[in-house]
Amino acid sequence: MTITFLMSAIAIGTVLLFGCVGETITEKVGHLNLGIPGIMCTGTVGGCLFISLYLNSLEKVESASWIMLILSSLFGAFLFACLTGGIYAVMTITLRCNQNITGLAITTFGNGLTQFLMHSYVDRSNFSIAGKIIAKSLPFAENSNGIVKVLFGHGFYVYFAIAIALLTNFIFNRTRVGLNLRAIGESTATADAMGVNITRYKYIAILVGSGIAGFGGVFYIMDYVKGSWENAATIEAFGWLSIALVIFSIWKPSVSIIASYLFGALYIAAFVFGNISFSGREVLKMLPYVITIIVLIATSMMNKREHQPPASLGLNYFREER
Amino acid sequence: MKKKNNLKEPFVRIVKRDNIKVKNIILIYSIAVIGGLLLSGFISMLFSDKGLFDFFQSLFEGAFGSDRKFWLLLQDTTLLLGASMALLPAFKMKFWNLGGNGQILVGCLSAIACMFYLGGKVDDGIIILIMFFASVFAGALWAFIPAFFKAKFNTNESLFTLMMNYIAQGLVSLFITIWVKSGSGVLAPIQYGNIPDIGNKYLLPIIMFSLITIVMHIYLRSSKHGYEISVVGESINTAKYVGIKVDKVIIRTMILSGAIAGLVGFVLAGSINHTINTSSANNMGFTGIMATWLANFNPLIIIITSFFITFISKGMTQVRKTFMFTNDSISNIVVGVVYFAVIICSFFINYRLVFRKKEKEEIKK
Repeated sequence: MTITFLMSAIAIGTVLLFGCVGETITEKVGHLNLGIPGIMCTGTVGGCLFISLYLNSLEKVESASWIMLILSSLFGAFLFACLTGGIYAVMTITLRCNQNITGLAITTFGNGLTQFLMHSYVDRSNFSIAGKIIAKSLPFAENSNGIVKVLFGHGFYVYFAIAIALLTNFIFNRTRVGLNLRAIGESTATADAMGVNITRYKYIAILVGSGIAGFGGVFYIMDYVKGSWENAATIEAFGWLSIALVIFSIWKPSVSIIASYLFGALYIAAFVFGNISFSGREVLKMLPYVITIIVLIATSMMNKREHQPPASLGLNYFREER
Repeated sequence: MKKKNNLKEPFVRIVKRDNIKVKNIILIYSIAVIGGLLLSGFISMLFSDKGLFDFFQSLFEGAFGSDRKFWLLLQDTTLLLGASMALLPAFKMKFWNLGGNGQILVGCLSAIACMFYLGGKVDDGIIILIMFFASVFAGALWAFIPAFFKAKFNTNESLFTLMMNYIAQGLVSLFITIWVKSGSGVLAPIQYGNIPDIGNKYLLPIIMFSLITIVMHIYLRSSKHGYEISVVGESINTAKYVGIKVDKVIIRTMILSGAIAGLVGFVLAGSINHTINTSSANNMGFTGIMATWLANFNPLIIIITSFFITFISKGMTQVRKTFMFTNDSISNIVVGVVYFAVIICSFFINYRLVFRKKEKEEIKK
């Protein structure tokens, strides 16, 4: 029971972690991307589309190789999420459209596109087999139990997410690129005066951030639910939760690893514990949001500089405007 | 010579536009809307054997096809108008209220709660009166909470209000599990406390929210409060300097904002649905943002934008039938594409492109 609960919490946490790290990267350059839910959706359909293409190119589905499935899902998810994020990037960086509005439009569009393609163009007939292959863990952990299972019993994506979060954290805090990124988010004009190429940094950050967020959905579909598909709304809900998680983890990718597992646990608790009443379940489901609000209020009350959102979050930069 | 080439003026650069004629604004928007719709038509054609003409025909048929459809179009337009009026004062103050959905939903929930608990015990007229106050109060409360923290501690309001949406949804599912004993999760329409029809059943929201729009227009344009809102929106420092109490303005405006959203919830619960589910707000909190923003915060233009948005979503239902799309996702795609087109055109309203002139021309000058 506890093992299943922890495993599920980590799995849901991984979905959120991808979204959260992606959103953190875009927020660090001062862009509040409310399109992340939509981008996670299109990432999902991209990954699923490439997997289905790969599966259909095989003679026997059972012969699908693990590495090819992982690569095709990663590539497809990154590509589609990047394309959707690209729309957001062009509209907010070059055309300087309002970020909130653009993000909401991206979410509407991404949700629709995903639902449509998933229904009409993705062949999901062999997804359950592919899902089992993708979810494969290290051989020694497969039949183990207890703590070993919880720590090592997951598929590739779980560790990939942690690696990305740690790498992002390293880049933010230990490299010049990270310093420039943070400078752009805090005061774009200052960074511009420093000689940082604002446009290039912003584009790369938003594209990479979107791409990373895109992995979350494909992981959920292929690994966690083993290839079944309900609708895009599930993924979209994860997207909104990831945005909340960015605040919860006070814009630090290293914190977001723990934070996302915690959120995953809260999210899954409502489903795993069967012995509580229906209404108790609903209360549990609300908890992540209540906690996020409390953290939001607490960080703003403490008014500590390092806990604040990037100062120019949500503001577009136009050099000639002072 | 080569060095000089490296320092060439960029091929195209962006220059801020200061004042633009209303005629040009309308022209740009029209191009965007038509372009967006054409693009959507082509997208729909890609996935079907029907033509572009069928697309536009079904679009209009879906919106205006019958008396009932027309009334529904008007009713939904005014509901969206109501939601937009709720968001407008907050947005004018640059308070990014993304919580419209939640505020409408709690309004709805309080009204339904009154109907559920008081129904049959008290006279319908009294129930409706209590419902009205409960909804308005609940909506106002839902907006007051983030506003208070914004005013006191500068807590990020867009994320706060976004979270409040989910808590509102959670409360709705919680109460449904309490009310519906069978566990089906669907609350049957409640027969008590239904607002009586005036004229026909569509007319109430139409009259109510048209009136609110006019009042809001006057409030923002000619009252002291409206002035304070626009000063706070332009610059908080200026507002402080002029002696406006920014905290007070933020909280007051958000209470007003939430109260109107609660009113939309009241109408949804009492006059239209008589029941509730987690998506009762019909995503109007977000579409309302679109309508408000596309109209550049002008209440009278919001009438046009909310009509247009409702027109597309109504029309798309018919397009879906004609083009035989099995799921409703295509309408989300179309709405998204039209939004993109219209949002992008805001760029051409605020900025203009200056292309590099040929060197010869410059020499002549």
